[in-house]
Amino acid sequence: MSSNDNNKSYWKENLKLIAVCLVIWFTVSFGFGIFLVEQLNEFNFGGFKLGFWFAQQGAIYSFLILIFFYIYRMNQLDKKYQVND
Amino acid sequence: MELQTLTFLLVGLSFALYIAIAIWAKAASTKEFYVAGAHVHPLFNGMATAADWMSAASFISMAGLIAFSGYDASVYLMGWTGGYVLLAMLLAPYLRKYGKFTVPEFIGERYYSKIARIVAVLCLIFISFTYIAGQMRGVGIVFSRFLEVDIITGLLIGMSIVFVYAVLGGMKGITYTQVAQYCVLIFAYTVPAVFISLQLTGNPIPQIGFGSSLLNESTYMLDKLDRVVTDLGFNAYTEGSMSTINLFFLTLALMAGTAGLPHVIVRFFTVPKVSDARKSAGYALFFIALLYTVAPAVATMSRLNLIETVNGETSQGNEYKSMPQWFKTWENSGLLGWYDHNGDGKVQYANGAVINGKSPVFDEQRGQYGERVITNPSEGKITTGAPFANELYVDRDIMVLANPEIAGLSNWVIALIAAGGIAAALSTAAGLLLVISSSISHDLLKSTFAPNISEKQELLYGRIAITVAILIAGYLGANPPGWVAETVAMAFGLAASSLFPVILLGIFSQRVNRAGAISGMLSGLIFTFCYIIYFKGVFIQPFAENIEANWLFGISPQGIGGLGMLLNFSIALTVSYFGEPPPKEIQSMVESLRIPRRIASS
Repeated sequence: MSSNDNNKSYWKENLKLIAVCLVIWFTVSFGFGIFLVEQLNEFNFGGFKLGFWFAQQGAIYSFLILIFFYIYRMNQLDKKYQVND
Repeated sequence: MELQTLTFLLVGLSFALYIAIAIWAKAASTKEFYVAGAHVHPLFNGMATAADWMSAASFISMAGLIAFSGYDASVYLMGWTGGYVLLAMLLAPYLRKYGKFTVPEFIGERYYSKIARIVAVLCLIFISFTYIAGQMRGVGIVFSRFLEVDIITGLLIGMSIVFVYAVLGGMKGITYTQVAQYCVLIFAYTVPAVFISLQLTGNPIPQIGFGSSLLNESTYMLDKLDRVVTDLGFNAYTEGSMSTINLFFLTLALMAGTAGLPHVIVRFFTVPKVSDARKSAGYALFFIALLYTVAPAVATMSRLNLIETVNGETSQGNEYKSMPQWFKTWENSGLLGWYDHNGDGKVQYANGAVINGKSPVFDEQRGQYGERVITNPSEGKITTGAPFANELYVDRDIMVLANPEIAGLSNWVIALIAAGGIAAALSTAAGLLLVISSSISHDLLKSTFAPNISEKQELLYGRIAITVAILIAGYLGANPPGWVAETVAMAFGLAASSLFPVILLGIFSQRVNRAGAISGMLSGLIFTFCYIIYFKGVFIQPFAENIEANWLFGISPQGIGGLGMLLNFSIALTVSYFGEPPPKEIQSMVESLRIPRRIASS
């Protein structure tokens, strides 16, 4: 495989990973925290209404997990395609 | 020890630490001055980014904002953290690969255009100065309330501290002082929260505490707060009053704005490698989340504490004479006020306006109970659903600062809050001053108007620019223009609608060309700017009343940056589609941005 093709497939895999992460990013914040907040508020999570919890806590925890997942997967990809700096 | 002595001690100690770091980290080259030599460990960069990002607004104002608007304020929590996901995946690693000094530099080179670069510099300067004015006000509040020096003296002290470490050390000095400032501010923020959470719920972790039941009661804290505030005629705390579309665009504008703020982006230029840029975005969000997940807990607890202190066990109001000391000190600072509408000598807090206009105007004289006399009271009508007319004015900025006092915590915790507030304001101000000065010395002078200057001269001009910027910032802090609060919305809106889309497209599209970028940037910028001016005025009289009925698609001026961003994207793509693709060398530059590995021959 030429280095050009190698770089192209590395970029494609990166884009796919970003797309997956951003779908989750959108769902936990805009989805659970805003659009579905009233439906989720019907459920309780300890002393929190679930939608309220997502908007003020859960979304932030999810963002953190997402970024660290992305870092982990990208380090793997860097190695797989030998593009690490 | 006395509160004031303790405060001087803690604030003084923190200043001594910042100065010591500045002397240790003196910048010798432009690379050290602009990007700390690109040698910063990602963990330290994460802390520095967190301190850089969390300003006086995050530290002092945010919990107060949540306390008084409940669920609606979630947009700030999600918006100001969700932006880091965008940074980590869409911007930071590729801009680190680019490996130069400033954001306008990237835009200018990617779109092979000096005009694009200058437009970017103008956006950057406007965004950054708007922000600095807010920081300086924060320094002023803390100094005048806790150290009881006048605001000008406080500002001069703050300015000289920033001057020492920013002018001497440039980005290098700023980075390591920000690490220290992060430690000070996070300690100051969480310690009182832990104590208050223990007091109210028996659980030391505030994030869990505010979802627990209250000590000696079987009700959950949030359920109780919901009931108490609805009894007083407010909306339920956990339910929103904003429209869904407005919440959506507001969050979008804050997220994209966060990712597009130059002083945040430039922090990722300081780490050694591309993978470090990703890592430090993760660390940064971790350090930010420590404060941002505690803030809603602080908000809930302080609102509950405030209501119980003021309205008392009977919920009918407590005598003014029996108000605790903090009530009177904050009244003296003018950020709290009482007008006895029903003349019963008791302070009553409920929904409704206690005064006419935005802030109370006080008379020189004291009233019959020793209170400060408010000369602009409202008619004292009882709001529908409220048991009595509201008699209490509270500036929401005091919630975090007064919180430890309201909870009756010891003096050293209160002194710590003062040191933390100053750390938050100074660290952000320094980061902003640096991007302003580097865009002037590097983008305007070295690369555009005076390309023949040597590195030494460029460094000197950088230091002069930062000095001038400090003086302007100090002036804005001492004479805060009326439009400061209004323009914060503008800073985020403009970053989201001008810089963010152009940088993003510059990396993810090889097709977007010079004409597309410039027209996209200008249309996003002008649309957002005009929309805000239309409703907020800022420099002129507003054209229309700032109410939901007048808004375009029901989007408030704070959230319009989200729509401006979409406009920028679509115009940049359409114009580029009908034009020529960018030159070959630009296309291969974009390709190289996407690959972490450095190419040996270049």
